[in-house]
Amino acid sequence: MSSTVEREPAHVVIKRPRRMPIPLLGWVGIVVVAFWLIMAVFGPMLTPHPAGEVIDPDGFGPMVPGMWLGSDVLGRDVLSRIMAGAQTTVGPAIAATLLAVFIGGTLALAAAAVGGWIDTALSRTMDAVISVPSLLFGLVAVAALGVSVPVLICTAGVIYVPGAFRIWRSLAVNVNAMDYVSVARERGEGMPYIMRREILPNLLGPVLADCGLRFVFAVLLLSSLSFLGLGIQPPDADWGSMVRENLPGLIYGAPAAIFPAAALATLTIGVNLLVDNLPGRER
Amino acid sequence: MRPLVEVSGLHIAAVDGRGAQTPIVKDVSFDIAPGEVLALIGQSGSGKTTIALSLMGYARDGTRITGGSVKLDGTELRGLPARALQQLHGRDVAYVPQSAAASFNPSRRLMPQVIESAVVHGLMTRREAEAKAIALFAELALPDPANVGNRYPHQVSGGQLQRLIAAMALLTSPRLVIFDEPTTALDVTTQIGVLRAFKRVVREHGVTALYVSHDLAVVAQIADRILVLNQGEMQEIGEAERLISAPSHAYTRSLMAAARPPERNERPAAEERKPLLQVSALTAGYGRIGTNGMPLIPVLHDISFTVPAGHTLGIVGESGSGKSTLARVIAGLLPQAKGTVTLDGATLPPSLARRTRDQLRQIQFVHQMADTALNPSHTVAEILGRPLTFFGGLRGRARDRAVAELLDMVRLPAAVMHQRPASLSGGQKQRANLARALAARPRLLLCDEVTSALDSVVGAAVLKLLAELQSELGLSYVFISHDISTVRAICDQVMVLYAGQMMERGVRRVLSSTPRHPYSDLLVNSVPELRTGWLDEIEPAFGLESEVTTTFPNARACAFFPRCSVHIPGRCERDTPPIQHLSKGADIRCHRSENELRALAGTAVAAEV
Amino acid sequence: MRPALAVTGFLLKRLLFAAGTLLAVSLAVFAATEILPGDVAGAVLGQSATPEALAALRASMHLDLPASVRYLHWLGGMVTGDVGHSLVNNRPVSELIGSRLPNSLLLAGAATAFCVPIGLLLGICSAMRPTSVFDRVTSVATLSIVAVPEFFIGTLAVLVFAVNLRWFPALTLSPRIDSVEGFFRSMTLPVLSLSGIIIAQIMRMTRAALLDVLRRPYVEMARLKGVVGARLVLFYALPNALGPIANALALSLSHLLGGAIIIETIFNFPGLAKLLVDAVSTRDMPLVQACTMLFCLAYLILGTLADIAGMLANPRLRAS
Repeated sequence: MSSTVEREPAHVVIKRPRRMPIPLLGWVGIVVVAFWLIMAVFGPMLTPHPAGEVIDPDGFGPMVPGMWLGSDVLGRDVLSRIMAGAQTTVGPAIAATLLAVFIGGTLALAAAAVGGWIDTALSRTMDAVISVPSLLFGLVAVAALGVSVPVLICTAGVIYVPGAFRIWRSLAVNVNAMDYVSVARERGEGMPYIMRREILPNLLGPVLADCGLRFVFAVLLLSSLSFLGLGIQPPDADWGSMVRENLPGLIYGAPAAIFPAAALATLTIGVNLLVDNLPGRER
Repeated sequence: MRPLVEVSGLHIAAVDGRGAQTPIVKDVSFDIAPGEVLALIGQSGSGKTTIALSLMGYARDGTRITGGSVKLDGTELRGLPARALQQLHGRDVAYVPQSAAASFNPSRRLMPQVIESAVVHGLMTRREAEAKAIALFAELALPDPANVGNRYPHQVSGGQLQRLIAAMALLTSPRLVIFDEPTTALDVTTQIGVLRAFKRVVREHGVTALYVSHDLAVVAQIADRILVLNQGEMQEIGEAERLISAPSHAYTRSLMAAARPPERNERPAAEERKPLLQVSALTAGYGRIGTNGMPLIPVLHDISFTVPAGHTLGIVGESGSGKSTLARVIAGLLPQAKGTVTLDGATLPPSLARRTRDQLRQIQFVHQMADTALNPSHTVAEILGRPLTFFGGLRGRARDRAVAELLDMVRLPAAVMHQRPASLSGGQKQRANLARALAARPRLLLCDEVTSALDSVVGAAVLKLLAELQSELGLSYVFISHDISTVRAICDQVMVLYAGQMMERGVRRVLSSTPRHPYSDLLVNSVPELRTGWLDEIEPAFGLESEVTTTFPNARACAFFPRCSVHIPGRCERDTPPIQHLSKGADIRCHRSENELRALAGTAVAAEV
Repeated sequence: MRPALAVTGFLLKRLLFAAGTLLAVSLAVFAATEILPGDVAGAVLGQSATPEALAALRASMHLDLPASVRYLHWLGGMVTGDVGHSLVNNRPVSELIGSRLPNSLLLAGAATAFCVPIGLLLGICSAMRPTSVFDRVTSVATLSIVAVPEFFIGTLAVLVFAVNLRWFPALTLSPRIDSVEGFFRSMTLPVLSLSGIIIAQIMRMTRAALLDVLRRPYVEMARLKGVVGARLVLFYALPNALGPIANALALSLSHLLGGAIIIETIFNFPGLAKLLVDAVSTRDMPLVQACTMLFCLAYLILGTLADIAGMLANPRLRAS
């Protein structure tokens, strides 16, 4: 045999995987999401006027310097209320997302790694829960348990458990079928090691993207409930309830209902752009 | 006479999303005379398919022809408008892809697809086209040529689909046919029939063809001239006869060496060593085990063999023969239904969970695809370190040292230690995969098609490494492969499996001496030899070139009888064949006696199914 | 198993699962609406009610019976169409639903008729020319529409078309079906607002399904045979994408429900969804129960249709 096949030369060895650049739209998403996250933390401290203070006695005032986005139904500053409302909008949604992903993800990993009847039972239950429209689920829960922030968080959390479960499970089942998991089993590794060290690290990318989408769903659900008057209750206000209380102003052409809705739109579109343009994600 | 195809100074580049170009074909020039078959030989990534497609004026998404000229019968194809190219496709140039199964529209019947190019180009009426297609089906030795076109693609076997797609290409009598690895996806016994059918129509119709392949021996049977490619560059071009018998380029020589790796030296006979692994009367399969002790989907039937310490047993068989299942049973991944597996005298519990850590350590599985066998989120040091800790309790610096030793053992540079698998080449991944198995300090390695996914040159190097490790460490191997020449290169003993039954077993040389079991005979006779003219002069084998069927009316029947040209009617399909010893030293499972097989050798018919 | 049997088996299994889910939902809805704090009888009669009157009402509402018996009684009522009395305006629930159902069906029907052709057409067009300007623009536009809340689109539509342009009324007190002009004037804005998301969903899913097929090797093979244009779409792309597209349609249409809840509120549209939201606000439990079951039924039917369409996409089953 010729000497060229002896061994592969060391100098051609290391191909570095090229770092994928983030496209422009991805950057737009990052900036928008970062902006709203900062608002959610510091917004209430930065408002030009106190969010609850009535400044304009007439209400539905126009956009003027000092009240850049006009005033709302009671004559409060719309800009200040949107800045303050970021917290009430984003906070419960993040909490609900974490709840959903934690419960759904844990159950999914267990279902994928153990398999058998546990997998079947969990999957069937999740299929049943997912076959109730989410807003309807929310309405019934609110009708039964009354409106409060913990109820809203738990309701939204439970509603999005099946979605998180499905994604995590399908990813985990794919990874579980890989030979390297089989190798770990052949070695006699225990289930916790296989779940934590062999499966979980390979799920992180797609699962993060899924978290983003689930957060968008939670934001939309919670603000829709607020819009129906069945979410966050006064005196607290999230963007959804701000749209609701200013809806009558539309007749007079007052934009007070549009701005909070637009704020929601930028947040949800921003997260979508971010998730869609994560590096290494195929389009 | 002017060449039909003239390619000069062809450059093709891969273009990524931002327009950056990576050359994949560099300055390639050749021509093809009318009636000539030119072969394009190269390994994966050599740009051979890209060049072939450029003869249709076609570049796949993400590739672009960046320079040179491609002329078909004097017409420049570069820059030809889409409309003109469409007129060319299927009429003047036809394409036969590697996977016919993926290239037929699954929701339409076969006949309308076969005649489609004739219809869209308005060359024949539907009826004329169908009549011509049926004639071509017959020429290509398809069964039931009149009706096969009424089926859907999934109702027809892989070898038949490949013939059907060739019929589709030939229907319009194109001036050039491009065969792109048309037999690579087929089992070796199927390949030979398809190849023979192709060769006959190419010869009879005087087809001009470009034949793309990675397999020199296949190409030697059908090509007039051969062009050798390596990483997008031409290495050598010449008459097939001359190139095979006297390759002038070093790369061609290394390809030839890798294609038919030399057999290793004979070693002390098996009887002198005590068996390390002993498998007796093993039956296994998938699904619930029934009242008769048989699994719902039985895969292996009554398998017995031994592997002496320090020796290699090769297990050969086509897809569906159960060879990977056998490895899974030995490793404990799939508990057997019947029979025992003994390691060094101690019976192993069937299931993984009941085996002791030391038993697990002694048998290590080396998977076929290093891509999926190495966790992409771990570094090489973590991958090799875990078994060192798990089995040997090594930690910290001692572990790092052991990892470095392992890398050295498989001839990998220590620098890869901190790399993740994605940044290693295919061959390096397979070496790392091997090193992980060695980290357990095993006594037996189960190697499942470990070189099949690798290019032949890289695969040959891995084989050589395996042989060296065996003599250094005294390891035993169970080496599973579909490729007889690979098995011949590394194994001391061989076992031939067909549809889960042992057909023949013995020392390696039993494969090269007759009489053989009819299936071994077919298998051996189906491997193309690296010389021109082999296909025309091979002796007919006992077996028929058909595809494996695993459903039998009778579980006791010989699995091979539907394809056996010397089967005894009324007996082979009813009674379990006895295992008998041949004087050449092999055991075969057959109703025919040694004398009968020897007497029949001259009379076997080369029938095709 | 023979393919025909496999299909029947699959259908049976899927229908059984849908029925089981509906039963589980009914149990959950009943349980949820029964654990509400306070006593229904007390809520109905108010604080001044005498104990005798309360007891009499409880007996007439069967509140004195154990929960399991009441559940079965209620379930029986649901099946036979006797879905109880509204606690708030003391009319039979079936009557309330009956008066609203045609309006909702009208809205859903009009939205479906509007969305399906447009969504399919846009989806097919952008899949035919991926990476074209048209594709990029529709892609970003539909992504944005899917991401924003329904009430953003609704309020924006009101502001632009009803307030600024004065083309349509901002409120729909009852859809006027008596004249063509009245019908269009009262239905256009609700249907348009509802359609945005549905069209975007249908378009995105159709595009994805088609692109998936167009990437298959048999499509490249067809191109290399000289097959292009309409023939490629008609014989290669569409037949193989039909199942996924039908699946996408059914899934997208199930968004009508959630959308309707918001849109009917914005336009004060007298439909079922508005009825449900009002019932939740007033805690009119019999009405909540009945509306919820009706919505779940519709959603389950669409989901089941989607699954069946997805199964029929398998050529191995379809071919035989």
